[in-house]
Amino acid sequence: MQAVLSEDQMQFKQVIARFFDTHSTMPAVRRLSETETGFDPVVWSELSETLGLPGTHLPEEYGGHGFGPTELGIILEEMGRTLYCGPFFSSAVMAGYALACFGDEAAKIEKLPQIAAGTTRATLVLDDLNHPSKVGRLIKANQAGVLTGTAPIVLDGGSAQAFLIVAREPAGLGLFELSPTSPGVEITLQESIDMTRKIARLTLQSAPGLRLGSVTEQGLYQFWDLISVALAHEMIGGAARLLNDTVEYTKGRYQFGRPIGSFQALKHRCADLLMSLEFAKAATHHAGFCLAAGEETTIYPSMAKAMAADCFMDMARAAIQLRGGIGFTWEDDTHLWFKRAKCDEVLLGAPYQQRARMMDILQEAQDVA
Amino acid sequence: MTEALEAFRLETRDWLRANCPPGARGPGEIHSGSTKLSFQPDTIAWLESMADRGWTVPMWPEAYGGAGLTLEQTQVLYQEMQAIDARLPLVNMGTRMLGPTLLEYGSESQKLRHLPLIARGGAAWCQGYSEPGAGSDLAGLTTKAVLSGDQFVIHGQKIWTSGAQNADWMFCLVRTDPEAPKHQGISFVLLPMDQPGVTVKPIRLISGSSPFCETFLDGAIAEKSDLVGRLNEGWAIGKRLLQHERSGQGGLGPAPARSRPVGVTIDLEMPEVLNRYATDPAQKASQRDAVIRWQMRSRAFQLTQARMGQEVRDGKTPGAATSMFKLYGASLAQDKQSLTAELMGTQGIGWEAAGFTEEEIGATRSWLASRAVTIYGGTNEVQANIIAKRVLGLPD
Ligand SMILES: Cc1cc2nc3c(=O)[nH]c(=O)nc-3n(C[C@H](O)[C@H](O)[C@H](O)COP(=O)(O)OP(=O)(O)OC[C@H]3O[C@@H](n4cnc5c(N)ncnc54)[C@H](O)[C@@H]3O)c2cc1C
Repeated sequence: MQAVLSEDQMQFKQVIARFFDTHSTMPAVRRLSETETGFDPVVWSELSETLGLPGTHLPEEYGGHGFGPTELGIILEEMGRTLYCGPFFSSAVMAGYALACFGDEAAKIEKLPQIAAGTTRATLVLDDLNHPSKVGRLIKANQAGVLTGTAPIVLDGGSAQAFLIVAREPAGLGLFELSPTSPGVEITLQESIDMTRKIARLTLQSAPGLRLGSVTEQGLYQFWDLISVALAHEMIGGAARLLNDTVEYTKGRYQFGRPIGSFQALKHRCADLLMSLEFAKAATHHAGFCLAAGEETTIYPSMAKAMAADCFMDMARAAIQLRGGIGFTWEDDTHLWFKRAKCDEVLLGAPYQQRARMMDILQEAQDVA
Repeated sequence: MTEALEAFRLETRDWLRANCPPGARGPGEIHSGSTKLSFQPDTIAWLESMADRGWTVPMWPEAYGGAGLTLEQTQVLYQEMQAIDARLPLVNMGTRMLGPTLLEYGSESQKLRHLPLIARGGAAWCQGYSEPGAGSDLAGLTTKAVLSGDQFVIHGQKIWTSGAQNADWMFCLVRTDPEAPKHQGISFVLLPMDQPGVTVKPIRLISGSSPFCETFLDGAIAEKSDLVGRLNEGWAIGKRLLQHERSGQGGLGPAPARSRPVGVTIDLEMPEVLNRYATDPAQKASQRDAVIRWQMRSRAFQLTQARMGQEVRDGKTPGAATSMFKLYGASLAQDKQSLTAELMGTQGIGWEAAGFTEEEIGATRSWLASRAVTIYGGTNEVQANIIAKRVLGLPD
């Protein structure tokens, strides 16, 4: 099993880092976070057309580039580091993986290439974003694929060009597609604390869906692992940036005639944060390597999600505390990170839920009482 | 894996199976190289056959008693030792701390004089760093050495000297220029323990045992040829040795399972402890999250060690980053003992009594001994200082 990034992956990381350093600056993030759609179409088409990022992890036979969770993780780490605003996670990661995991052959041939190319910005509608076992309680499909129900939170639901929807069928779960303009579809923009990722509420009243495939319980958990590991990468990217900026801040801010970074209480807190980041990073990268190696049902995706979330939140709390009053203002950027950290922490399952899942897996493997 | 490495694996496997005696497998004693202790015949035989191949210190050059193995070969050797549950043939401060330091800083004649003896297990070393007045502030040490002809004459006191009572040699930090700023007047010397100027007095510890001593130096002699590096430039060397020490404590570098640093003797498996003591379902449920949190940290730590191992291709000890591993590894080990002790309930308070199993008493002693891991090799607070300053670049 891989333990560190390969040369090629390191080079890829550099290219991606440069792109987002240029295109996702803090002023850009600020500007986009104030808009309704929350993304820059020019940057989106550039990252799609020039770099082909949305297809990174998707299979080549459906228009993707055939790389895996590690390369996708690299992209998300850089997006996290620059607080990228755009529908990459909802479209490429959630909708892309969902179609790749659950879609019928015909659906994949027809739809996946557009998601991979970034020409269709899709989003995945799950009626619960906390735990896979809760999915399919609110949205139901009848025999004819007519959908009724509500999804309280749909990422980029206000700007998506296509909805992929997981719904409860008379037998099991199915994957459906709907256009935002279909009859019976009601989209209500929602404001979340995280202005850098837009959400909407979706209500379906006898909306005619197109059935794309079946969603098995095991498949849903595997899919959940894939997107959780992707999200964990975003979080460690954000956490790394916060640590770096916070440490720099403490070097430049003087009180009592010396830089506050020279106070031991702050030094030790930073040292602890660094370790927490290193270990969360190791867990996250390892989870990616496990998924890339095709290992199913290991504890690592849940562990990565839990550790990355704890780390990102800790880092964000410290980022405010170590800045003092300025860290509590709207003008300072710290609150943007703090809010992203909170949303990422609970999205796809809070740390306690991830630990419970780990416990279940370990128990299954008789590794724990 | 390359063909050559695979061939090395097979050859190693055959040799180990033929040469590792039964008494050197499973839990048991490990040779310390001390000439003052007696060891079991299998322990001695195992040391001798491994030393003949240079496998007590596999990565050292052959000229100094090693086998010149690459990192990959060494990993293979340790994997194969682990497969038959073989213990390390030799563990002491010579192989782990002084040896690597001499390889980097020693003169050719010092290397030839000391390294092969260490590799053969012919001498045990102790560390004369801490003093009553110089612990965390090690550079405040006052043990004085004065050059007289070809010898240093040393006066002062060392403390917490692990293994001093059984050691043959000591590596020692001494002040050779009392006028210079404190980091610039220190030298690194080597001296034999069996001489009139050296007296050791054991100190009894929290766990009841006495593995370390006060060491009094009253006119102790170190040969001038045993000054490592230049006069008054010993601080950098002394610090580098600490990195080797912490790297071992933090589990960096290749090592088989049966070689873990002292301190934690009985290491009960968490799930087992949970099953055995938290028998009531509600109680078990309330302890599970603590156990899973510990396991998460432990696995992430192992993954980070593995990553570090891959990044450091030449197998050399990393620099200030070793402090992260020392600090975190120490906390993990300590937290595990605390969790175990809590789960054991009243079965975890036996010192030496009927009604407690040998394992329980051992676990309790380990819990007591685990208080040391966050102190020795530099306290956790000191490691955090190093990380903040050297890794994060925070100002003084
Ligand atoms: C089991 C064991 C084995 C040992 N073996 C050896 C050995 O073989 N050879 C040897 O030379 N030494 C050895 N030591 C000594 C060990 O290195 C010292 O105990 C250690 O460095 C701490 O020094 P001290 O005991 O003087 O404590 P102090 O330095 O007095 O520290 C007391 C407390 O103050 C804190 N503190 C001190 N300075 C700072 C600071 N700048 N910032 C924040 N907190 C601070 C410490 O973290 C600690 O909590 C051993 C110790 C133990 C426990």
